Amino acid sequence: MLSRRDFLQVAAATTVLTGAGGGLARAAALQALSQRDLLQFEALGQVTLLHFGDIHAHLTPLYYREPSINIGAGGAAGLPPHLTGDHLLQAFKIAPGTPEAYAFTCSEFEALARGYGKLGGLDRIATLVKAIRAERPHQTLLLDSGDTWQGTYVSLQERGADMVRAMNELGVDAMTAHWDFTYGTERVKELVAQLKFPFLCGNVQDSTWGNWAFDGSKIFERGGVRVAVIGQAFPYTPIANPAWLIPGWTFGIHERRVQEQADQARAAGADIVVLLSHDGFDVDRKLAARVKGVDVILTGHTHDAIPQAVRVGRTLLIASGSHGKFLARLDLEVKDHAVSDYRFRLIPVFSDAIAPDPAMAALVAGIRRPYQAELGRVLARTETMLYRRGNFNGTFDDLICDALLAERNAEIALSPGFRWGPTLLAGQEITLEDLYEQTAITYPAAYRQSMTGAELKAAMEDIADNLFNPDPYYQQGGDMVRVGGISYAIDVAKPMGQRISELTLARNGTLVDPAKSYVVAGWASVRQGTQGPPVFDVVRAYLERQKSVSIPPRQLVRVSGADPRGIAACG
Amino acid sequence: MPDSDPHIPATTRRQFVLATGGGLLAAALAGLFPTAAAADATDVEKWLAAFSPAKPTPGKITIGAPDIAENGNVVPITLTVDSPMTAQSYVKGIAMAAEGNPLPAVTVIELSPANAKAEVQFRMRLAKTQTVTAVALMSDNTLWSATKTIKVTIGGCGG
Repeated sequence: MLSRRDFLQVAAATTVLTGAGGGLARAAALQALSQRDLLQFEALGQVTLLHFGDIHAHLTPLYYREPSINIGAGGAAGLPPHLTGDHLLQAFKIAPGTPEAYAFTCSEFEALARGYGKLGGLDRIATLVKAIRAERPHQTLLLDSGDTWQGTYVSLQERGADMVRAMNELGVDAMTAHWDFTYGTERVKELVAQLKFPFLCGNVQDSTWGNWAFDGSKIFERGGVRVAVIGQAFPYTPIANPAWLIPGWTFGIHERRVQEQADQARAAGADIVVLLSHDGFDVDRKLAARVKGVDVILTGHTHDAIPQAVRVGRTLLIASGSHGKFLARLDLEVKDHAVSDYRFRLIPVFSDAIAPDPAMAALVAGIRRPYQAELGRVLARTETMLYRRGNFNGTFDDLICDALLAERNAEIALSPGFRWGPTLLAGQEITLEDLYEQTAITYPAAYRQSMTGAELKAAMEDIADNLFNPDPYYQQGGDMVRVGGISYAIDVAKPMGQRISELTLARNGTLVDPAKSYVVAGWASVRQGTQGPPVFDVVRAYLERQKSVSIPPRQLVRVSGADPRGIAACG
Repeated sequence: MPDSDPHIPATTRRQFVLATGGGLLAAALAGLFPTAAAADATDVEKWLAAFSPAKPTPGKITIGAPDIAENGNVVPITLTVDSPMTAQSYVKGIAMAAEGNPLPAVTVIELSPANAKAEVQFRMRLAKTQTVTAVALMSDNTLWSATKTIKVTIGGCGG
């Protein structure tokens, strides 16, 4: 099974790890990383659900560092997914240094990444899906929680058509959506028409008459069981992303509608009900406790990779990670119209251990071919690891903020707290493709405007409440806005308007004056008519001038009031 | 979307109520806020006391509204009261207040058994994130209330 490249990687990882103790066991674990082991699963019951979401248009393998800071607000404090690094390892009894430790956490990330290599790749996922379908013929449903069509250079050029082709080839059975809507109303309709499977968004209405705009659910028969799948699009799409791109559609959580759809599905003969959701994990945890008769929620949006199913009453919640890093397998035994037993595994898609599926590999190569020269264009090299995911600034965000400050001649930079965007290791080249994987959106204007200190604080308070409101229904999704040129303190436990303090200018250490105006540069404004050059052009110009960047983690944000299990020291 | 009275568009219901004899109460209540000064929860309590001096009990009325408004200028609201709406037992009126608006008296809607169903829909403007209050006055003169926080956010950053 081991190729030469694998062997070299194993050798390199062993060298790194033996220094930390337990080296032999870790080396053995590395040797055990085979396709067969990743597919190892004792089948159970009549139905297998396969699930992924938040793939963000990634067709090829990548590094993605899970967050070191993911703080749980209110009742979610200290519960999965708000366990990071070693806290997660302990809670799920995962040994440090193992493939699972690397896949699920940021612990020792950089060293382990060099050993275990990249994860994901749609050709590898296709191999796993085909193998499981062969093992469980006519018993398997493949479901995608959305955020599928956006996130790369190619998907931006193709306006999502690349991902529709790839998902049709993979044989997805149903999807729901969020970022997918950012191509605009007309394009969404075109892409939905190209899908060979239903686009389920039960919570989207036309805003004039209140009619439901899409199919909300579909009943599938698998292994003699009638499985109803209800789709739930991201409830705050027109708030978190530009409403002007999708005029005429209104979203929302609509508990009563979910209940009605579940009841109707049961009345129509469904044995079990699955909610295919882009709500975010904490929203779904609350929803699960308030809606009856939903057996499984396949969650998405918040990018959480939770190694086990989470139970809320009679509902199982599955969180399958992002960027194609994982494929979730949930086997269900169904008796008397209810789930009587289940078995679950979140399979990390180790790209070096899984043979690519030839058909999908050819499709992916064909999709990328017209863009190959642009994708591989080297802009600079990084001397330090660049990552984004986490509640506050990642180093890739710091780089973008540096570019905004320099290229737009601003005092303060703001960069959105998106959860998507892969990781680059120290010493890697930064290609045009890498840059777009952090910035590829349909409203990329990098604005430059004057803001008073009071306005800045109000904006930051607003965004902080969207992340740390103790009631998840008031959380809008996304991590905290990233900042450049300033530092601040945040008490996440305080109410809205009182969390942010000590806003300080980095260049001279003085406090931001509420009455004074500052020049602020940023991007991804949801306002129509925002002026400025596209952010990818701004950062590209900066990188080409710098040639090499070095961005060690910065201590820009001092956090208090947080449950400590959501904060980890990581590699 | 169900509506209590399909013949009267929700947006004009308040004008309709104000134009009829039954609207005297509403007109009087609206007069409590002559100027656009910043209101607070106490102002709302005073206004509701003019609607009915009884102390409202939480229950019977529900506020259907988004947790986070897509557009603060037109927030869709559905108020539903648990009532049989018969001649013996019905909802006399519903009042809605928004404590964070410069003019917190949003609307007073008078009902009768002829409405058959105690549910009204309208859209209201919210100046900022705030708690809204709805009160139902029943035919036995009991008063029932509900509150809900509705966020009006600048948006962005979701993902």
